[in-house]
Amino acid sequence: MLQGHQTWVFKNKPVLQSSAAIGGPFEAQGALAEDFDLLHEDIWLGQDSFEKAEKRLMEEACETAIHKGGLKKEDIQFYLSGDLMNQIISSSFTARTLGVPFLGLFGACSSAMEGLALAALLVDSGFAQNALAAASSHNAAAEKQFRYPTEYGAQKPPTAQWTVTGAGAGLVTKEGNGPKITSATIGKVIDMGLSDPFNMGAAMAPAAVDTLQNHLKDLNIDATYYDLIATGDLGRVGHQIAGDLLADHGFNIPSKILTDCGLLIYKDDQPVIAGGSGCGCSATVTYGHFMNRMRRGELKRILVVATGALLSPMSYQQKESIPCVAHAVSIEM
Amino acid sequence: MSSQKKKNLTPTQQKYQAFAKAREPKRPVLLNSIRAFFVGGIICTLGQALQWMYMTYFKFDEVTASNPTVATLIIISVLLTGFGVYDHIAQWAGAGTAVPVTGFANSVCSAAIEHRSEGYVLGVGGNMFKLAGSVIVYGVFSAFVVALIKIILKG
Repeated sequence: MLQGHQTWVFKNKPVLQSSAAIGGPFEAQGALAEDFDLLHEDIWLGQDSFEKAEKRLMEEACETAIHKGGLKKEDIQFYLSGDLMNQIISSSFTARTLGVPFLGLFGACSSAMEGLALAALLVDSGFAQNALAAASSHNAAAEKQFRYPTEYGAQKPPTAQWTVTGAGAGLVTKEGNGPKITSATIGKVIDMGLSDPFNMGAAMAPAAVDTLQNHLKDLNIDATYYDLIATGDLGRVGHQIAGDLLADHGFNIPSKILTDCGLLIYKDDQPVIAGGSGCGCSATVTYGHFMNRMRRGELKRILVVATGALLSPMSYQQKESIPCVAHAVSIEM
Repeated sequence: MSSQKKKNLTPTQQKYQAFAKAREPKRPVLLNSIRAFFVGGIICTLGQALQWMYMTYFKFDEVTASNPTVATLIIISVLLTGFGVYDHIAQWAGAGTAVPVTGFANSVCSAAIEHRSEGYVLGVGGNMFKLAGSVIVYGVFSAFVVALIKIILKG
C-alpha cells in the first residue's frame, strides 16, 4: 500500500526468512568478519577472471541463503538482483545458474535495497511466495571497469573509497520466522552537480538524506523509531555530510542511531581511505551483520538506506555530473 | 570551481557544494609534493648509479649507458607491479613514482596484467597502452613540434 508520496507499507509483513553474506580476503580482515557466512582467502576465488570471481560470490550468497532458509532453488519464484558490472553480468549469470525467473536491477550500490524492496513487494502482494534478492561487488572488477587497472600506481585522494568484495542475498517469504520487512521508500535521483568519481560520498549524501527524510515524513514517524539507521556506502566523508545536512534540515538523529555500512565493515587500520563502498557493502553488512544482530535481539527495528552513484566510466569522462539515488527498507523483528 | 562550471549549477547545487566542500578532507598537497620529491629523487639517483655501473663495469659510454639503465629500471618496475607492490608504493609516493620511467612501465604492465583475462589480442594487446597511449601520442607530437622549431631557428 502506498503511503505518502513514495513509501510502500507492507501490510502482510513479508519475512526475511534467511540471508547470507560472502566476502573476500580484505573483508576477512575487517571489523565484521564474524558476520560473514563464508570468507575467501583468494580474491580470484579460483576463477580465471575477476568478473567470474564476482559471479561466484553471488552464486554462493544465493545458494547459502536458500539453504539456510530450508528451501530449494525450485521453491523460489523470482530472483531480483543487481551489481556494478556492465550489463549486470554477475546477476544475469547467477540467474543462469539458479534457473529461477529473473528480474535484473541496476541501482548501482543501492541495488541491494532496491532488490529487497521489490522482493518484499512481490511477496506482500501475493505475486510470489518466495523471492530472492541479491547484490554483489568485487573490488578488482569494479576498479578495472570504473577506474584504473588494479596494479596501476595512481594516488587516491583522501575522499576515495574501497569497493567491497562481497555478495549478500536475502530470502523473502510469505510466512516464516525472522525479521519482517515493514516498509520501503523508493528514492528520487538527486544530482548536486558533483563530478568527482573519487568523492562518491559527497555526491550520494543528498540522495540518502532526501530518501530518509521522505521516509520519515511519509510514515509520520521520528528517527528514534528505529534502533539503527544505516546508510549504504557514504563512507567517512559522506556520512559526516549527511549527518550535518539532516541536522541542517531539522532532523537531529543521534549518532548512535545513524551509521553507515561503509564505516562499519572495515577496521580503522585497513587502508580503505574514506571507507567501504559498492553493492556488496550494504548487502553484506545488512544481510550479515545487521541480520545477526537482529536475530540476537540487539536490534528491533532498523532502516537501511542504500545509496547508489549512477555514473558510468564514460559519463564522467564526458564531464557529466554524478546522479545518485537511495532506497530505504525498514526491517523489524 | 571555475566560473564557467559554476554557471551551469543551480543555486541549490552551489550551496550544497560549498556545504560539502567544507566537510571534505583536502589532498595534502605539500606533504605529497615532499614525498614525490624524495621518492622521485631516489629513483633518479638509482638510475644514475646504474648508469655509472654500466659505464664502469661494462663497456658503455655516457650516451649508450642510458639504454641498459632505463631497461633495468623498467624491469624492476614491472616486477614490482607484477608482485603487487608498486601500487602501494605509489599511493604513498604519488607523482614520485608516476613521473619517472618506472611509472610509465607500471601503467603498461598493470594494464597488460589486468586485461589478460580477455585474451592476448583483444585483452593484452588492445589494452596495454590504454593509459600509456596518451603519453606516447602527445610525447611524439611535442617532440615533432620542438624539432620543427629547432629546424626553423637553426636552419
